[in-house]
Amino acid sequence: MTAYRPGIEAEACAVIADAAARGTPLCIAGGGTKAEIGRPAQGEATLSAAGLDGITLYEPAELVIAARAGTPLAEIERTLAEKNQRLPFEPPDHRALLGSAGEPTIGAVAAANLSGPRRIQAGAVRDSLIGVRLVNGRGEVVRSGGRVMKNVTGLDLVKLMAGSWGTLGLITEVTFKVLPEAERVATLLLPGLDDARAIEALCAAVASPFEVTGAAHLPVALGQEARTLIRIEGFSFSVDYRLGELRRLLRRFGAAEVLEGAVADALWCAVRDAMPLAEPRDKVLWRISTAPKRGPALALSIAQRLEARWFYDWSGGLVWLATEPSGDAGAAVVRAAVKQAGGHATLIRAPAEVRAAVEVFEPLPEPLMRVTRDIKAAFDPARIFNPGRMYAGI
Amino acid sequence: MTIAFPTPDATILARREDILRGLSRLVAPEALIVSEDERRAFETDGLTAYRKLPLAVVLPSTTEEVAAVMRFCHENRVKVVPRGAGTSLAGGAIAQEDAIILCIAKMNRVLAVDFENRTARVEAGITNLAISQAVAHEGFFYAPDPSSQLACTIAGNIAMNSGGAHCLKYGVTTNNLLGVTLVMNDGTVVEIGGEHLDSPGYDLLGLICGSEGQLGVVTEAVVRILRAAEGARPALMGFETVEDAGACVAAIIGAGIIPVAIEYMDRPAINICEAFAHAGYPLDVEAMLIIEVEGSDAECEDMLRRIVEIAKPYRPKTLKVSQSEAESAAIWKGRKSAFGATGRISDYICMDGTIPTGQLPYVLKRIDEIVTAKGLRVANVFHAGDGNLHPLILFDINKPGEMEKAERAGEEILKLCVEVGGCLTGEHGVGIEKRDLMRCQFTEAELQQQMRVRAVFDPGWLLNPAKVFPLEGRVAA
Repeated sequence: MTAYRPGIEAEACAVIADAAARGTPLCIAGGGTKAEIGRPAQGEATLSAAGLDGITLYEPAELVIAARAGTPLAEIERTLAEKNQRLPFEPPDHRALLGSAGEPTIGAVAAANLSGPRRIQAGAVRDSLIGVRLVNGRGEVVRSGGRVMKNVTGLDLVKLMAGSWGTLGLITEVTFKVLPEAERVATLLLPGLDDARAIEALCAAVASPFEVTGAAHLPVALGQEARTLIRIEGFSFSVDYRLGELRRLLRRFGAAEVLEGAVADALWCAVRDAMPLAEPRDKVLWRISTAPKRGPALALSIAQRLEARWFYDWSGGLVWLATEPSGDAGAAVVRAAVKQAGGHATLIRAPAEVRAAVEVFEPLPEPLMRVTRDIKAAFDPARIFNPGRMYAGI
Repeated sequence: MTIAFPTPDATILARREDILRGLSRLVAPEALIVSEDERRAFETDGLTAYRKLPLAVVLPSTTEEVAAVMRFCHENRVKVVPRGAGTSLAGGAIAQEDAIILCIAKMNRVLAVDFENRTARVEAGITNLAISQAVAHEGFFYAPDPSSQLACTIAGNIAMNSGGAHCLKYGVTTNNLLGVTLVMNDGTVVEIGGEHLDSPGYDLLGLICGSEGQLGVVTEAVVRILRAAEGARPALMGFETVEDAGACVAAIIGAGIIPVAIEYMDRPAINICEAFAHAGYPLDVEAMLIIEVEGSDAECEDMLRRIVEIAKPYRPKTLKVSQSEAESAAIWKGRKSAFGATGRISDYICMDGTIPTGQLPYVLKRIDEIVTAKGLRVANVFHAGDGNLHPLILFDINKPGEMEKAERAGEEILKLCVEVGGCLTGEHGVGIEKRDLMRCQFTEAELQQQMRVRAVFDPGWLLNPAKVFPLEGRVAA
């Protein structure tokens, strides 16, 4: 298979214009670490953004960073850390989960729109993504958004690109809003709660005025005592005060322990990356978004029909669920439960043959599927970008 | 009068009686406004210099009625201009003789509030403030707070992706919207999003938000509600130079502090507001900041102490940290009355470009030069943390040619915003006001790409058609 790795955007435009003229489908790639997410794409050549590299703008006082799409995420995070700043949405690193190697790129962070625990307080990738530059399926450069935080000029194509998994265009540059790193981080740990009580505690914490930035529950079925985690970040003075208030607020859920430093950081990384369900490796993994309070009932209804283990992030609104790869990998049961509760499910990890046979992303009702097909055609009339990766025909 | 309107479609005008008869079969008699007198109330919005009588006004009460009207207009090729409260400063809700106004202000109920999941489902004609009021008894609020929040509807906020004074911390509409019920051009009703986070497939919610009523009509919305902070306290600082004020903002943010609001006023704005509100603003400074922090009393105290320390090297001439509710109210009173106070002394147009905050001193100097060269005056009041400028260009509508001069100055200011790396509009929207400037910010290929996406929803250009995109060079599907 031909692999294109343009070093400049103009070269990417030429490759794309040529592929469009020939009708050659392209697999769009960054570092390739998330290549196993989605339906197996039907490309005849690979177009990688990895050669489009480098930070193009960083203004700490304006809370903004821009980089070419192939810039390693690690380089972005290192650069921000030097100025005590960070990406607000806590991007997950699913390499261990997926068994992939390589360097995740910032462009793929935008294209996948996968956000970590801080999603509940600081928003998703798409909320911090304030500008994109892309090459559409005609080989034209299109910019949307910009480098300023408030911008309502024209249609917001930035949002369309976030989570489009390379199906609408090749992202060549992204601009993110960033936030200061917290002076101090502390986590309250409530041990021994069952799912329903845990989610009740998390929702109470998130509905408090204390700006909880992480709310996760690891059930007892994962092999240890159940752990309910609530994270507070901010200036030290404030963190002390808020821990005290939250402890008082959550007294009815039992005594809470305070975790700080490496142990707590490792726990949140594990939650972010879905590591509690990484093993055994043959299990498939569903990522389900629903209303927080409906999380436990949703998980339970799936468990009544499937062999499953799970944990919760986003105060119950994100359910990570592992089940058997046999048959439809639980798709029918998961989809039915999600339909009942409201929300959507993505099959994040499964063997290629499963991903080819069942829908990976939540199926859409026909009017929205029609819109999806037409938006695809509006960007990529020759249907050359990652055909079939999100939905058949897209 | 420099903004052009397309020539009304003569075949529609000729069929007016037919169209009215058709509409009358779809909604209750009191929901269809046809008389000239009553239509007059809908001839303009917040951009009052431009007025056009609509063909008719429809005031539906349900999503089904909206769908029926949309289907009828689609089949009869009648243009539809969606309208909330009509507060658009960009002319986003102004229709024309061959278009109906579909006003959803009667659909203003709260349908469900879920404090545990932190969501509220509302009909889209509800006012922005009414959402916060409906959840205030539990200490919650809806975060985006445009100045017009008493009047403006959530439907209009979604159409324009409205911001407000507190978006540095809480984001704008698109960051606080979880779902919509959308009536599409042919009357199809779709649900996008819901009570959960993030969307399956393409982010259509993000696309709808800020689409200025061109992709469909939003009849219901699910918004995120937040628990309010325990308290808030502002500090007021006056500086001798614009540069000092700008550098102070940068230093505060650089130190890792994100205040909930950083409002900026220049000398003319301070003078106007002080004369009106007697807020105790300093009259001997070039620039003034209102910086507000949130939290418990002790947290606010701690944060403001840090901020005052950071501000010292920039030699604030005035420094007032609020010590009471009454002092906080006084500090905000002048700022909140800025537009009203300006309107009392002069006609004005309010611009809305955004700039990288590092360009502040340069841009303010250039704005002054641009406006002075036209023989006019300008007052600046804006959100300094996010660079969203609101120059108020003062003019006298009774002096022939002054309004045109003000409009031209406004255009030059917006072009300047784009030149320095910003954009034409930060929160008011493009509407008709900035439509013809779109080519300053976007290339032809970029506009074509946006219009192709638009065409997915409205290939016949029937939805709010004269807005956003320059009238020449439009594409259909």
